[in-house]
Amino acid sequence: MLFRGDRCLFRNVSFAVESGELLILEGANGSGKTSLMKAIVGMLELESGVLEWNGTPVGDQRQEFHGSLVWLAHRVGLKADLTLVENLNFEAALRPQAGDDMEVVLERLGISRLKPLPLRSLSAGQQRRVALARILMSDVSLWLMDEPFTNLDREGRALVLRLVKEHLGTGGMCVMAAHQDIEIDAPTKRVVLQ
Amino acid sequence: MSGQEHNMPGMLAGLVAVARRDLLLAWKRPGDVVNPLFFFAMVCTLFPLAVGPSAEQLTFSGPGVLWVAALLSVLISLHSLFLSDYDDGSLEQFLVSPQPLPLLGLGKTIAHWLTSGLPLVLVSPIVAITYRMPGSVVLVLMLTLTLGTISLSLLGAIGAALTVGLHRGTALLSLLILPLSMPVLIIGANTVSLAAGNETYSAGVWALAAYAVGALSLAPYATAAALRISNE
Repeated sequence: MLFRGDRCLFRNVSFAVESGELLILEGANGSGKTSLMKAIVGMLELESGVLEWNGTPVGDQRQEFHGSLVWLAHRVGLKADLTLVENLNFEAALRPQAGDDMEVVLERLGISRLKPLPLRSLSAGQQRRVALARILMSDVSLWLMDEPFTNLDREGRALVLRLVKEHLGTGGMCVMAAHQDIEIDAPTKRVVLQ
Repeated sequence: MSGQEHNMPGMLAGLVAVARRDLLLAWKRPGDVVNPLFFFAMVCTLFPLAVGPSAEQLTFSGPGVLWVAALLSVLISLHSLFLSDYDDGSLEQFLVSPQPLPLLGLGKTIAHWLTSGLPLVLVSPIVAITYRMPGSVVLVLMLTLTLGTISLSLLGAIGAALTVGLHRGTALLSLLILPLSMPVLIIGANTVSLAAGNETYSAGVWALAAYAVGALSLAPYATAAALRISNE
């Protein structure tokens, strides 16, 4: 059960994500998808209920849990005054890194020519791709994506789905909040928030 | 994934990275550093114009004026400490990072001191000379300002973290921080006055140092808790 102010957003929501699985949180605007995501990462406290990671409550191992996840939030969380490379270098100090070459990742996302520019001069979709680069460079098993398709063009959306599928293929997990239909050829569970 | 322990960045990596990033940002937006400094210099220059340029009056009021101006100028710069991180979502990323939040906040505070407190300490001798302070007193002024601004940055970070989610939280921030910073102001200004009167002043310096150490050990935890509250 989770409250925001006096309003109960949801009760009796239960789900589990296994290695190699995608969980899609569905629901209309305002149904509490983002709040549920925030509850998963520990920014909001659940009124009742438990959240477990590898069979142990998350509260007992907050640091390990945070070291195993990366969160693509609504706001990209990157500095507008810094360049793409400066932003990503900073991120590298916060989380375990996969050791994937930044060049390769940027090439894949089609943003390598934007390297010298400050983020301020990039379009919203391009900034979104930089946030994706952060995910790709990190070596974590759980991807949390809040409306990952926002601001992305058709090609970008296909790219996200391809990346998620690849991640699941290597035994990763993904929780995605979305209000549109997602077609993906991978083991998928859905939770519908009313 | 069991390999994670091996490439998890160390505890201090986050602190260093945050401090470096903020210094880089300050370098790219020098206005944020220069404005409070300009304010400090302005107040200190305008004061003699208002009260008259007599040497006796200037030596008497110098330490107090310099200290009040320093306190207010740090207060001005504090408001923006967490603001841009809050607006662009960086703060949320701090909260979900495996790095300890108190250390990330401390990294930001260190960068804040390096870009607000330290320049103030470095500029203070120039301003102090206009108040006819002798060299030995200027050194005491710099020492007390160094210790004092460290405490102010640390205490201010708590207030800035608490008010970051509020629109126009500047007044509230001042209200929260001023009572805590009163001891720093009183001890700091009086220490410099004692030094100017050729009296022993070491007790004041020790008290400021103790205050700074206390703030350094407690403030990062309070700041982290405040950031969590602001982001709920």
